[in-house]
Order: sequence, then C-alpha cells, then structure tokens
Amino acid sequence: MRDFILKRAAALILPFIFVYGIYVILHGAVSPGGSFAGGIIVGLSFVAFATIYGIEKGKAKLPEQVLVWTESYGTLWYGLMGMVGLGRGVPFLANKLAGVDLGTPGTLASGGLIPLIGLGVGIRVASTIVTLFFTMMEEES
Amino acid sequence: MPYTALDYWNLVLLLILVATALAMYFIKDLLHAVIVFGAYSVTMALVWLQMNSPDLAITEAAAGIGMTVLMMAVIFRTTRREE
Repeated sequence: MRDFILKRAAALILPFIFVYGIYVILHGAVSPGGSFAGGIIVGLSFVAFATIYGIEKGKAKLPEQVLVWTESYGTLWYGLMGMVGLGRGVPFLANKLAGVDLGTPGTLASGGLIPLIGLGVGIRVASTIVTLFFTMMEEES
Repeated sequence: MPYTALDYWNLVLLLILVATALAMYFIKDLLHAVIVFGAYSVTMALVWLQMNSPDLAITEAAAGIGMTVLMMAVIFRTTRREE
C-alpha cells in the first residue's frame, strides 16, 4: 500500500474529492446531495489519505484535538442555528417564520438558514467518519 | 403496452442487484463479500437514479460504496476473514 504510483495518483485526486465534498455540502439546499453525503465525502478524502500515506501522517494532518473540537462545535452550531427561531418567538429551527430572507427560488442563496445548518452537520459528519476510522485502526495495534 | 429500452435497462439492473445480493450470502471469504457489496451499492445507486431520486443516489454512492466498504475492510485487520 506504500507504492509510488498510488501516492502520486492520490496527491492528484484527493484535493478534488475534498473540494467536491465541500461543494455538495454548500449546495445541499438547491441540488441533490446535502450535508450528510457531502460530509461523508470530505471525511473519506481524509480516510483515504491516512490509508495511502500511513496512519501517522493522517494523524499529523488531523490531530485528535481538532477532531474533538470540530465534532463538538459542529453540533453546537446546529443548536445555535435552531435557537435563531426561538429568539424570534417562533418554533425551534424555524426558517421563514423567523424572518430570514429566502431570496429567489432556485438560486444558491435561497435556503435561508439551511446552508448554515448544513455546514455544521457536514463538519460534524466528516470528523465523525475520521474519528471512527482512527479508532478502529488503533484497536489493531 | 410494449416494453421500452428503459424497462430492459431496469430489468438488467434489478437482476444484477439480486445476483450480487445472493453472491454476498454464498461467498465464504468475507473481504470478497464486502467487495461484492460495493458492486451492489453501485447498482443500487443507479436504481435510485432510475426512480428519480438523485439525492438518495448520491447518499448511497457515498455511504454504501465509500464508508461501509472501507470501514468493513478496516475491521478485517483485527478479526478473521473466513466465515
């Protein structure tokens, strides 16, 4: 698993996989996909990096503290975005009721709070995938 | 009603789906079964696309092919591969 061709090919492909995952997360409100699928794609780009270049380099790229922070604050961000509705006197996670400008339907910024919520969920899913992978790799040694 | 080309394409997809699902049951080497599960997920993503739900197709492609197969392949580092 440590050969030259695999490493060079991964160096070419993996950045594009990462950016595609970000694209799927941010366009979740207007196109197929969404925060869960995009988060898995982002997480898998890091998992593939750790598989190909070795688990130590993967852990150097994403230390445990960063994983803990992104996982916790991703969830907290979701809760805070839900609190916007409560602050305006309407139900939890309300979007149009809370007075958010929804924009023109079909354009990118037509989701109100949804892309912001999706960003938190996507970050959280990505770090969960990477944490799962690192934990299972540690069990072996 | 005559069958269109799309119907035959759907029939081929569903037959591959049944074949891969049965193959997973009969294959003894679990790593090979996980790889066949990747083929099952690709076919299932195409079936979702045929049923006009590209959202589920993307999720199936990401979760089924990427996450499940990779995580199961990692599990075989600690447990035995044979059934």
